[in-house]
Amino acid sequence: MSRTVIPFGPQHPVLPEPVHLDLVVEDEKVIEARPSIGFIHRGLEKLVEKKDYVEFVYVAERVCGICSFIHGQTYCQAIETIMDVKVPPRALYLRTVWGELSRIHSHLLWLGLMADAMGFESLFMHSWRVREKILNIIEATTGGRVIFGSCKIGGVRRDIEADAITRILKEIDEIEKDMRGITKVFLDDHSVKARLCGVGVLSKQDAYDLGCVGPMLRASGVSQDMRRLGYAAFSDIPVEPITRTEGDSYARCAVRCEELFQSVRIIRTALAKIPGGEIAIKVTGNPNGETITRTEQPRGEVIYHIKANATKNLQRFRVRTPTFANLPAMLSILPGCDLADVPVIVLTIDPCISCTER
Amino acid sequence: MSYFSMSKLALKWVFTTPATTSYPFEPRIEIDGSRGWLVFTDDDCVYCNVCAKKCPTGALQVIRAEKTVTLDRLSCITCGCCVEVCPKDSLKLSSGHGTPQVTKGRESYQRKEG
Amino acid sequence: MTQEPNIEAITVDQLRDKVRVLREQGMRLVQISATRLPDEVELTYSFDLNDCLSNLRLVLPGEDTVLPSISEIFGCAILYENEIHDLFNVRVDGLTVDFKGNLYSTSVKYPFGSTKSPCATPEPAPAANP
Repeated sequence: MSRTVIPFGPQHPVLPEPVHLDLVVEDEKVIEARPSIGFIHRGLEKLVEKKDYVEFVYVAERVCGICSFIHGQTYCQAIETIMDVKVPPRALYLRTVWGELSRIHSHLLWLGLMADAMGFESLFMHSWRVREKILNIIEATTGGRVIFGSCKIGGVRRDIEADAITRILKEIDEIEKDMRGITKVFLDDHSVKARLCGVGVLSKQDAYDLGCVGPMLRASGVSQDMRRLGYAAFSDIPVEPITRTEGDSYARCAVRCEELFQSVRIIRTALAKIPGGEIAIKVTGNPNGETITRTEQPRGEVIYHIKANATKNLQRFRVRTPTFANLPAMLSILPGCDLADVPVIVLTIDPCISCTER
Repeated sequence: MSYFSMSKLALKWVFTTPATTSYPFEPRIEIDGSRGWLVFTDDDCVYCNVCAKKCPTGALQVIRAEKTVTLDRLSCITCGCCVEVCPKDSLKLSSGHGTPQVTKGRESYQRKEG
Repeated sequence: MTQEPNIEAITVDQLRDKVRVLREQGMRLVQISATRLPDEVELTYSFDLNDCLSNLRLVLPGEDTVLPSISEIFGCAILYENEIHDLFNVRVDGLTVDFKGNLYSTSVKYPFGSTKSPCATPEPAPAANP
C-alpha cells in the first residue's frame, strides 16, 4: 500500500492560527503526523531586556488574543508575589470576574470553531452571536473587546460600579438562556455526535503521562484545575473540576460546555460577594527574587517563571502555555484516524499557536 | 439523541431582526467607556512631559521648545496611561474610532495662543 | 497563592536518575526553563503531583557541556528540549525526536546564545526629548 504525504496548514480554513502538519496517509487513514511550528515566533521573551517591569504588563497581555486577560493577571500575580504586595480584596474579585468572562468568551469562540470544522455553519454563527454580548459587557467595563488593559501591578485600573453590576447580572441571565439553547444542539444532536463520538480517544494514563493540561486532561478523567490553588478570589469561591471519563472529542466538548455554566455561577457568586474598598495599591521599587506562578486559562494550566535581580528590567520571563503542553497529545491521537477527522482532532485541543510560540 | 435539534433556533431567527448591524448604512452602536482613540482637549497642557515618559510604546512625544505635542497614531495602543497621569487633564480617551490613516506619520497639536 | 518555589540543586550527572525516581512517584513534567547567565546556562525542571510543584535546578558550565535528554522517561520533553537547543545553543544528547534546529526559524540563530549576541530586535523607543 503506497503512502502519500498531505500537507495540512499553515493556511487552512479551519485553523484559527498557523500550524503545519505533514500527514502521512495510507488510503485515507493517517499513519503519522509530523509537526512544524514556528510561523509566528515573535521573541517576546527577549523583550524583557528592553521594557521595564511595569510596562511589561502590556507585552504580557499581548502574548495571546483570546486568553489575554489571564496572561496579564498571571504576570501581575507573579510580580506581586516577588515584591510581596498585598492586593486589595476588591481588586481580586474584579480580576476573578474578568477572568471568568474571558473564559466564557474563549469557550464560545471554540464552540463556534468546532462547529465550523464540522461544517455546521449556522451553529458557528449563533455561538459567535452570543459571544458578541459577552464582548459588549467586557468593552463597557474595561474599554477593550479583546485586549482588556485593566490589570496592573498592585490591582486593577478600572472599577465596576453598583449599577453596572446590576446590568451585568441581568445580561448574564439572558446570555445563559442563549447558551442553553446552543449547548443543547452540541450535546444532543445526531449529526454532531456522529462527528465527535469516538474520535481521538485519549486514555487517562496517556493523558497524564503526555503532560496534558486543561479540558483535555479533565475529559480523560483526571481531576485537575489550577483554580483550586486559591489565587485571586478562588480562596473564597471553591471550584470543583468538571470531569468526564470517555476521553474522546465529545467528552472534551461536553467539559467545555459545562464549564460555561460553571463560569456563570462563579461570576454571580463573585458579584454578589464583592467587597468594597480601593482597587489598587501603589507599588514602588524594583523586584528582586524568583517565582513560579500557575493559573488556569481557558485552555489549561499556564505557568510563569520570572526571575528578577533588583533592576527595573527583569532577568528572565518564561511562559509555558497550555497548548505547548497539549501538542504532544495531539500528535499521539492523530495516527489511526480518518483524513476527514483531522480538523476535528486539531481543534479539539483548542490550539492557541500564538501562545505556544510567543 | 435528537434529530434536527437546530430547527427550533433556526426557525425563531427567521422571524427576528438580524443581530448584525449593516454598518455603514446604519450607525455603529458605540459603547460608553470604550477606549477608542486619544483626543487632546486643548489649552490646558503645560508641556510637563510626564505623559511622554509614561507612554509604553513611545507614541507620544513632547517638544517643549516649540510648544508641540506629537502623537504617532499607529503606535498608540490606547492604554490610557497618559490620561491617568496628566496633571492638567488635557488628554481624553473617547469612544468611537478615529479616521483611517493612509500614511505613516505623526500628528501634532499646538496650544492655541489666545 | 503560590508558595516560594522549592528548588533542589543537582548536577548534570544526577539528572536522569533523579527524573526516573520522580517518574516512579507519579509526577508529571510541567516545564523545562532555561536562563542565560553571564557564563553558563541555568536549567529548571518543574514537576507536579497533586497541585504541588517541585523543581530541580542544574547549571551547565561552559558552551560544550552536553545535556542528557529525559525524553525517554518523559516523552513530552522533546518540545522543551528542542526549544532550548534552538534558542540557547545547548547541545542535547539522546532526543527521541530531534528537529535538528528547525523548530523555530529566527533571523538570528540562537537568539539567547550569549549575553553579547547581536539581536535583530528593532530600535528602542525614541527618547522623550529629541
